[in-house]
Amino acid sequence: MPRLSGLQKAVLALYRQCLRTARTKPEHSRPHFQSFARKEFDKNIHLDKKDFSAIEFFLRKGTRQLETT
Amino acid sequence: MAFRLATRRFAVSPQVFRRGMASVVETTKAEPLSTVSETLSASTQPTPSSKTSTKGEAAPDKDATIKTFHIYRWNPDEPSTKPKMQSYTLDLNKTGPMMLDALIRIKNEVDPTLTFRRSCREGICGSCAMNIDGVNTLACLCRINPDKKQEARIYPLPHTYVVKDLVPDLTQFYKQYKSIQPYLQRDTPAPDGREHRQSKEDRKKLDGMYECILCACCSTSCPSYWWNSEQYLGPAVLMQSYRWIADSRDEKTAQRKEMLNNSMSLYRCHTILNCSRTCPKGLNPALAIAEIKKSMAFT
Repeated sequence: MPRLSGLQKAVLALYRQCLRTARTKPEHSRPHFQSFARKEFDKNIHLDKKDFSAIEFFLRKGTRQLETT
Repeated sequence: MAFRLATRRFAVSPQVFRRGMASVVETTKAEPLSTVSETLSASTQPTPSSKTSTKGEAAPDKDATIKTFHIYRWNPDEPSTKPKMQSYTLDLNKTGPMMLDALIRIKNEVDPTLTFRRSCREGICGSCAMNIDGVNTLACLCRINPDKKQEARIYPLPHTYVVKDLVPDLTQFYKQYKSIQPYLQRDTPAPDGREHRQSKEDRKKLDGMYECILCACCSTSCPSYWWNSEQYLGPAVLMQSYRWIADSRDEKTAQRKEMLNNSMSLYRCHTILNCSRTCPKGLNPALAIAEIKKSMAFT
């Protein structure tokens, strides 16, 4: 496992937080939340890892989306 | 009853009186519809483009004052592309006097994708706060410099996350405003059981503070706020905090002061005074902050 940069850690932390939040949902709708989070992350998987401003933008967007659930 | 309805349905009105929606064409049974439409359209043949097109734009007025506006553009739908400055030219004679008029005209006539907040167009709502020619101000209160050699540069509020183009993300600012509990807090009921009264002198203490429209111009012009926006409250919020500390009707003054009594919330103010200099409403947040500091020092 290579050493992760701070930004990569932040992205992983956000994903972990998404999955944790999904676990608080009722059981029958849980897979829906998990797959939604997964899809949202997959959408931007092509981003260049040096494209800091875009990644930070999506991090903020994701955090805000998570806060509103 | 049902029977009567049924009979009525069969008693068909004669074809002559039937007409389709919104059509005035009277078609007789003899000619099919297609021929009718052809004869109609024959009278309105499209004019060939060689006969209609003008040769270029209409000649500009001789006394047109063409001014260039450079506007910050960034689209969240393409997050990998860098923000850029886009230039627009407008004839000032056909534009209203304020920057907001120019922006609205650009959005209406030149580039509908330009995004900015605006609402009241008279400096009451604080929506159109932006950085114009290096100064945070409200676009609706900022006159366009009639000198056409001076090109206007418009940016979103500095040190804010940009939502799109000129729209800043003020979530943090509103969170901080919420944290100072900007509402009247009392435990005792009013003496006459109706209103919380206030003498004229007490009311006068609030002048110059209640007018604040929370446009965030002052906070985003403060270098201390730029570097510590997480913890330092910033001039706008501190002035609102003092507005409630100074209010004679509020009974939680001590708690309010206690909340500010740490190294970050209040004391990051180093009297740079950018806030008072930039305030588009002509208020003095720095004075309010100084008053808080004074009242904390003497208690």
